[in-house]
Amino acid sequence: MTETVNGIAFAILAGAAILGAVGMLTTRNVIHAAFWLLESMIAVGGLFLLLQAEYLAVVHVLVYAGAVSVLMLFVIMLTLRRREDSVRPVEVSVAGAVMALVFGGLVFAAIASYGDRVAEMPETAPDTAALGELLFSRWALPFEVASLVLLVALVAAVWWSREEKR
Amino acid sequence: MQVGPSAFMALAAVLFSLGLYGAVARKSAVMVLMSLELMAVAVSLNMVALSRFVTPTEMTGQVFTIFTMVVSAAEIGLGLALVLAIYRQTRSIELTRMDTLKG
Repeated sequence: MTETVNGIAFAILAGAAILGAVGMLTTRNVIHAAFWLLESMIAVGGLFLLLQAEYLAVVHVLVYAGAVSVLMLFVIMLTLRRREDSVRPVEVSVAGAVMALVFGGLVFAAIASYGDRVAEMPETAPDTAALGELLFSRWALPFEVASLVLLVALVAAVWWSREEKR
Repeated sequence: MQVGPSAFMALAAVLFSLGLYGAVARKSAVMVLMSLELMAVAVSLNMVALSRFVTPTEMTGQVFTIFTMVVSAAEIGLGLALVLAIYRQTRSIELTRMDTLKG
C-alpha cells in the first residue's frame, strides 16, 4: 500500500501560498505586503507537513514567520518617517512580467516533459531522529560550516547597522 | 485525487516566477528582499518534495533545505542591515534613488 498526499489539503495550502504571493505583489502598502508574505510562508510550512518533513515545517515557521517577518516589519518601521509613506504607488514592470512569464513557461514545459514518473509516495518516511543522525554524521562538516556562516553574517549585520559615532 | 511531485514542482514554479517578478518590478529595497525570500522558499519546496517522493530514506533534500534556510536567513539579515545603512546615509530606501555610480 502506498501513501498519497491529500489532494484537498494540497489544494487549500497551494492556493493559500499563491494567494499570499499575489497579495504581496499587488498590495500598495508595504506593511500589508509583509503580512501577505507571512501568510504565504505559513502555507508553505503546511506543505512541508504534508510531505512528512515535520522538523522542517516547524523550523520554517519559526525562521520565516517568526524571525524574518519580524525583522522585515522592524526595518519597515525604522525606514518610514510618516505613516503615509507605507502606501506606495502601483509599480508595474512589463520587462519583469515578460521575464517571469518566460521563465515560468520554460519550467512548466520541463515539468510537463518530466511527467509523473513517481506519482506514488513511498510509504517509508524517516522521522526527525533519523534526520538528526544524518545531519550529525554524514553532513557534520557542512553543518558546522553553516553555523560559521550564520555567525559571520550576524556579526556583519550588527556591524553594518550600528549608529555612526561622529 | 493523486498529487504527485509534478504538482509540487508546478506550485514551486509559480511561486518562483511571482518572486522573480516582484524582485524586478518593486522599487522598495525591502519589497525586493521579500521577493527574494519567496524565491528561496520555492526552491526549498522543490527539494523537500522531490526528496520525499524519489529518495525518502536519504533525506538529502531536507538536509539541503536546512542549509538553504541558513543561507537565506544570513542573506536577509545582511540585506536588511544594508538597507538600514543606506537609509542612514540617504534617508531613502528607493532603488531608483540609489544611482551614485550612474555615469
